[in-house]
Amino acid sequence: MAKPQAEMLKSPAPKEAPAKAPAAPQVEVAPEQLAYANVLLYGSWLGIALLLLSNIIYLTGLVKPYIEPAMLPQYWGMKASEFVQVAHMPTGWSWLKMLGYSDFLNFIGMALLASLTIVGYLILLPAYLSRKDVPYTFIVLTEIVVLVLAASGILAVGGH
Amino acid sequence: MLDWLATFTGGGLAAKATAAVTTTGAAVSTAAGTPGMPWWVWPLLLFITTFVLGIVAVLGGVGGGVLFVPIVGSFFPFNLDFVRGAGLLVALAGALAAGPGLLKLNLANLRLALPVALIASTFSMVGAFIGLALPNNVVQTALGITIVLIAILFVVSKNTEFPQVGGSDKLARFLGIGGTYYERSSGKTVDWSVWRTPQGFLLFIAIGIMAGMFGLGAGWANVPVLNLLMGAPLKVAVGTSKFLLSITDTSAAWVYLNQGAVLPVIAVPSIVGIMLGSFVGVRLLATAKPRAVKYLVIVLLLAAGLRSLLKGLGIWN
Repeated sequence: MAKPQAEMLKSPAPKEAPAKAPAAPQVEVAPEQLAYANVLLYGSWLGIALLLLSNIIYLTGLVKPYIEPAMLPQYWGMKASEFVQVAHMPTGWSWLKMLGYSDFLNFIGMALLASLTIVGYLILLPAYLSRKDVPYTFIVLTEIVVLVLAASGILAVGGH
Repeated sequence: MLDWLATFTGGGLAAKATAAVTTTGAAVSTAAGTPGMPWWVWPLLLFITTFVLGIVAVLGGVGGGVLFVPIVGSFFPFNLDFVRGAGLLVALAGALAAGPGLLKLNLANLRLALPVALIASTFSMVGAFIGLALPNNVVQTALGITIVLIAILFVVSKNTEFPQVGGSDKLARFLGIGGTYYERSSGKTVDWSVWRTPQGFLLFIAIGIMAGMFGLGAGWANVPVLNLLMGAPLKVAVGTSKFLLSITDTSAAWVYLNQGAVLPVIAVPSIVGIMLGSFVGVRLLATAKPRAVKYLVIVLLLAAGLRSLLKGLGIWN
């Protein structure tokens, strides 16, 4: 018989609870989950700050861009594959060689944001390994492979 | 990539880059959708639009990505490839920023999120490749249909705070999916578990493909599957869904980044606009009328979905 989960509510130590403002009981959170949370916390704000900074550098022209902002309307209506071909844009990790241009500085922040999950999973892996949690070790390892494969740029798609 | 390397090896990088841009200028001028308008008007309009979308998304209880892609894709001159790439980064940034709080409160549950994330992120990568390979009109039409269906889902879907679970299935027990969180409204901790896990996992294949193909954060689909089908409490479903987006969208975002489908001038104002709008939205949440905002979200989705559909079919360009 199905049972509403609200029926499984548990009271949190009523004797110690203050009368006016009961404190939230400590829900157990695994240390690796907290470490993952901190990676996301500091990493995401750092990534967004880098994006803002690099975009300001790009838009103000402090550093020479590869494509002048004023030229962008000629490109942003194109399909990505056509844009890459026509503007000779780098694909994969080749943008690293273009960091002398302000438009490619923006990729540092974006790559950082897109890398945080991989770092988080690398934190989770030893925790599941040490607990001999085979299914979750397998899941975490496979996810790392999937994300690294996606990030590697090895896989490619044909353009139209 | 080899062509690119060949072009730039041997020095004179700047000269060759400038030459490449100027010589192709004439060839690409036909792609300019808005001749005569200063270039900075569109990023500025984009920032204002995404700021408003950020407010509406919070008040309407939806992710920014689901509003961003159809609206910007339908009403701005940017190619849908770049809009979807920016949409994924918008959803990713929002999910990453929300993740720490959800994980620390145990509202995003790793035992539930990790298996689902593996399925969704693998197939979001597949979806991203499909989206980039298909012609624009096909993606635009499919996006229009999907957005209209999402609007209908918002009308008919009734989430349940504490769904009835008839006992964990074998897969959920094998993976040990379940947990505890503190329910502030009742001042008690809630134990929860899930069922219908295989069916839920299968649906996340489709969710992943749609997320990658259309550049949508998939919270609109994650929550009903986790809550209504698998029986996770609503708060756990919402929290896990938001955290899940940070993983699902990562693999698809990498595909778009690696394929040159991310233009910073579109992505950055969008990320900043949505995040600032979200902060304002949270402050307005106390005084807003959620029902009215929900209707506004549905109307916006319907309008953007129909516009996308008509654009894809070549009826209204």
